[in-house]
Amino acid sequence: VARTTPVKKAWRSLAWLGVIIVALAGLNVYATFADSDQTWSPKLALDLEGGTQLILEAQVSDGSAVTQEQLAQAVSIIRQRVDASGVSEAEINIQGDRNVVVSLPGTPDDATLDRIQSSAKLEFRPVLATDAPTTSAVGGDGTDSTASPTPTPSVSLESEPTAVPTDASDYSYITPALADQFTNFDCASLENVDVNLAPTDEPLITCEFEGSTAVAKYILGPVEISGERIADSTNGVVTNSQGVSTGQWAVNIVFDSEGTQQFADTTERLYSYIDTDATRNRFAIVLDGSVISAPSTNAVISDGKPQITGSFTQESSKTLADQLKFGALPIGFQLQSQEVITPTLGDSALQSGIIAGLIGLILVIIYSLIQYRLLGLVTVASLVVAAVITYEVLLILGWRADYRLSLAGVAGLIVSIGLTADSFIVYFERIRDELRDGRVLVSAVEAGWKRALRTIYAAKAVNLLSAIILFWLAVGNVKGFALTLGVTTVIDVLVVVLFTHPTLQLLATTKFFSSGHKASGLDPNALGAIYRGRAQFRSPVLPAAKTGAGREAARRQTIAERKAAEAADGSSTTKGGKDS
Amino acid sequence: MASFAKFGNDLYTGERSYDFVGKRKLWYLIAGILIALSILLPALRGGFVFGIEFTGGSLFQITDVTSTDQDIASDAVDEAVPGANPHVTTVGTNGIRVQTDQLSEDDQRVARDALAAAYGVESDDVTSSFVGPTWGADITESAIRALVVFLVLAAVFMAIYFRTWKMSVAAIVSLIHDIVITAGVYGALGFEITPSAVIGFLTILGYSLYDTVVVFDKIRENTSEDGPMATRTFGESVNLAVNQTLVRSINTGVVAALPVAAILFIGSALLGAGTLRDIALSLFVGIVIGTYSTIIIAAPLYAHLREGEPEIKKHAARLLANRKAAAATASTTVDAK
Repeated sequence: VARTTPVKKAWRSLAWLGVIIVALAGLNVYATFADSDQTWSPKLALDLEGGTQLILEAQVSDGSAVTQEQLAQAVSIIRQRVDASGVSEAEINIQGDRNVVVSLPGTPDDATLDRIQSSAKLEFRPVLATDAPTTSAVGGDGTDSTASPTPTPSVSLESEPTAVPTDASDYSYITPALADQFTNFDCASLENVDVNLAPTDEPLITCEFEGSTAVAKYILGPVEISGERIADSTNGVVTNSQGVSTGQWAVNIVFDSEGTQQFADTTERLYSYIDTDATRNRFAIVLDGSVISAPSTNAVISDGKPQITGSFTQESSKTLADQLKFGALPIGFQLQSQEVITPTLGDSALQSGIIAGLIGLILVIIYSLIQYRLLGLVTVASLVVAAVITYEVLLILGWRADYRLSLAGVAGLIVSIGLTADSFIVYFERIRDELRDGRVLVSAVEAGWKRALRTIYAAKAVNLLSAIILFWLAVGNVKGFALTLGVTTVIDVLVVVLFTHPTLQLLATTKFFSSGHKASGLDPNALGAIYRGRAQFRSPVLPAAKTGAGREAARRQTIAERKAAEAADGSSTTKGGKDS
Repeated sequence: MASFAKFGNDLYTGERSYDFVGKRKLWYLIAGILIALSILLPALRGGFVFGIEFTGGSLFQITDVTSTDQDIASDAVDEAVPGANPHVTTVGTNGIRVQTDQLSEDDQRVARDALAAAYGVESDDVTSSFVGPTWGADITESAIRALVVFLVLAAVFMAIYFRTWKMSVAAIVSLIHDIVITAGVYGALGFEITPSAVIGFLTILGYSLYDTVVVFDKIRENTSEDGPMATRTFGESVNLAVNQTLVRSINTGVVAALPVAAILFIGSALLGAGTLRDIALSLFVGIVIGTYSTIIIAAPLYAHLREGEPEIKKHAARLLANRKAAAATASTTVDAK
C-alpha cells in the first residue's frame, strides 16, 4: 500500500498537468475564433515586426513656445497610458521642438489613437446657464475646419463683470458680452479642438455631446476642481441603491485630500440651490473642453469619490479612467502623420537568435545526458513541457495584454532555460544525496523532493517577487521583461511539481531505475552509497581512514582536522558503548 | 564521467573539500581587485557609452526614395561619419528614417549629403532634426525605484525565511558585486549600453539572487542540524554546505551559460546581430560571476558575519581545543605502542 500511494499521486499530478495544457490550448483555439487577428504564433514587438509611427504635433493656440519639459512630461504620460492598455513595448520620444513620435507595433485603431493623443484635461465647473444647442447636429468630418478655441467676443458689449463675483456660481460672471457670445455659440466649433482653452479662473462656454450630436450648451463658472487633484480613477458598472448593477459604465474618481475638500465645499454650495435654482444646482464635468455630463447636486459629497456617468462603453470608460489616473497632457496634440514602419532588426536577427538558442538547447541536452544519464531525459522532457506551456501562455498574453516578443524577450526566454533546468538539477542532486545516505530509490525520491521543494519555493519566490515589483512599478520595456520573468517562474514551479516529480515517482518504481542501472544516473554504487552499510546514515570514518592514506587528501588541512575530530568522536562513542 | 560522480560523492561526504570559507581573505582581495578594475577601466575609457535610446540623437528623414533598401543608408552614414551607429527604418512606401548618435553640425551636414547622394535625391529631400531618447528619464526613474523596493523586500523576505538578517546582507553584497563587475565589463570593453543590455542586467540580478538563495538554503539546512554538540565549527558547516552544493552550482552554471554562450559566440560572431551581442554579453558575464560569487563571496561573508557571535565563537574554541587534545592523545597512544 505504501508503494501505491506515490504512484497514485503521481498519476493525479500528471492528469492535472494534462488538464492545464489542454485548457490553455482550448483557450487559444477560442481566441483564434473570437479574434480574427489572433494566430498560433506569438505577436512580435516593434524591433522584430515593425509597426506604425505616429507623429503628434503640439498645439499651442497663441503661438507660444513649447518647452522641452512639457514635451518630456507628455511623453511620460503617453507612455503610462500605453502601458495601461497592455505590454506592447511602444517607443515614444521627442522629435525636434514640438513633436512627439509614438511607434507602436501593429496598426492602432481609433480607440488607441484617442487613448494616446487626447489631452484628458478634466475640470469640474458649476453650471451658470444652459440652453438648447444652436446647431443640433454637428456634421461632416471637419478635418479641415480650423475653429478657434475661444470665440472672439464682440467689442461693443461690456466684457468685464460689473461686480466682483463672490463665488464661482455668481451670475455676475455672465457679462453682456458673454451672454451674446453664448447666444451665438455654435457647438460645431468645438468639433476639432483638443482642449477648449479658457483660463481656469474665467467662465467657459461649451456644449455637451452625445456621439457627435450636441444636446445642450452651457455657460460654466470658473474651475472648482481640476484633474490634477485626482489621486486614482477606475472604471466600473454603476450599481443602484440596492446594489444591483444597472449595466451602465462609469468612471470612479478618488480625489486627493485637497480635491476632496474642494469638492465638498463646491457640492455644499451647489446643494444650497436644490429648491431654489435648478440650473445652478448642477455642476459640469468638462473633459478637454466639452461637457461629459452635468448632474444635479442631490447631496453634499464629502468623501471625495464622485462617479462620472455619461455615454460610456466598457472600453471608453477604461480609457478615460486610465487617462485621468496618469494626468492630463500638458499640451494638446494633433496627429500629424501615421505611417507604417519596418522593423529595425528584422528577420535575420530573430533567426540568429533562434538558431543560437537551438544550438544552446542541444548543448544543454548533451550536458544533461552526460551528467545525469537517462535521468537527463527527464530534464529534457520537463523543458519541453515547460516550453509548450510557455508558448501557450505567451499566445494568450498576446491576445489579452498585447504582449509582444522583442529580441530581448527572446533572449530572456533562452536564459529561463537555465533557471528552469536548475529546479531539476537541485532536485536530482537532493535525490542523489539521499541515495548516498543509503536510502532506497523510492524513499530517496520522496525525501529528496521534500528538501528540494523547500529550496525551489524559496528561490523562485525571490524571482517572482522581483517580477511582481518590476511589473507593478516600472514602465516601458522593463514591464515587458518583468512579465516574461514572472510567467516563466510560475511555469517552472508548475512543471517541476506536476511533471518532473511525478515522472520520477513513476520511474522510481521501474526496475531499470530502482535497481540502480549504471545508465540510470541514480546508481547507488556510483554514488558511493555502498561504502557505508545499508542501515547506517553518514558514517564517514571508514572511507576517511582509507583515503586518508592518499597523498592528495593528506595535503588538505581541513581533512586532517576532520580526521582529528572524528578520532575524538570515535573515542567518545567507544566510551559510551563501554558504559552501557 | 564516473570521475565527476565520484567528485560529487567526495564533496558530499567531505572527503574532498575546497576551503571556500577559510580562504575568504583571498576571495575578498580578488573581489576587491575586480571591483576596482570595474570602476577604473571604464573611467579610463571615459565612462560608459550609452546608446541613442538613452541619449537621443540625430534623425534624418529621406522622402521620395526609389529604393527602400536599408543597407544603402547604413553604408552611406558609416562611410561619411564613422561611428555614428545608424539605425535605419523604412517609413511608409517611399521614406527612410535614419537615427544616429548625436552628430555635430558639420557631421550632420556631411551625413545628410551622403544620404542624398546614396539615394539619388536632392539634399532638400533629406531633413535632419534632433530626436529625444526612447528610453527616457521617466523609465530609468521608475526602474530604479522598482529596483530599490525589490532589494529591500527581497532582503526582508530572506531575513524572515532564513531567520537571520546576516544572510540578507551577504546575499545583497554579493549581488552588488555581480552588478558592478558585469557593468564594468561593459565599460571596459566599450560596449554600448542599450535597453537590451539593461534588461540583461535585470535578468542577472534575478539570477544572482536566485543562485544565492539555493546555496543558502543548503547552508541553513546544515547549520540548523548542528546542535551545541556538533563536531564541526560554524564555518566548517557553511563550507561543507557549499561543497555539497558545488556540483549543483557547476551544473546549473553550465546549463544556464550554454545557451547564452551560444547566442554570444555563434549568434553574434557568425550571424552578426548587434542587439543579441549586447544582451548576451551581460547575461554571460553575469551568469558566470553570479554563480561563483555565491560560492566565494556570499557564503564566506555569511560565515564571517556569524563567526563573531559569542555562542558560535565559544563552540568553535571548544572544538578546536578538543581536536588538539585528541591529536595529543592519539600521538601518545602511538608512542606507548
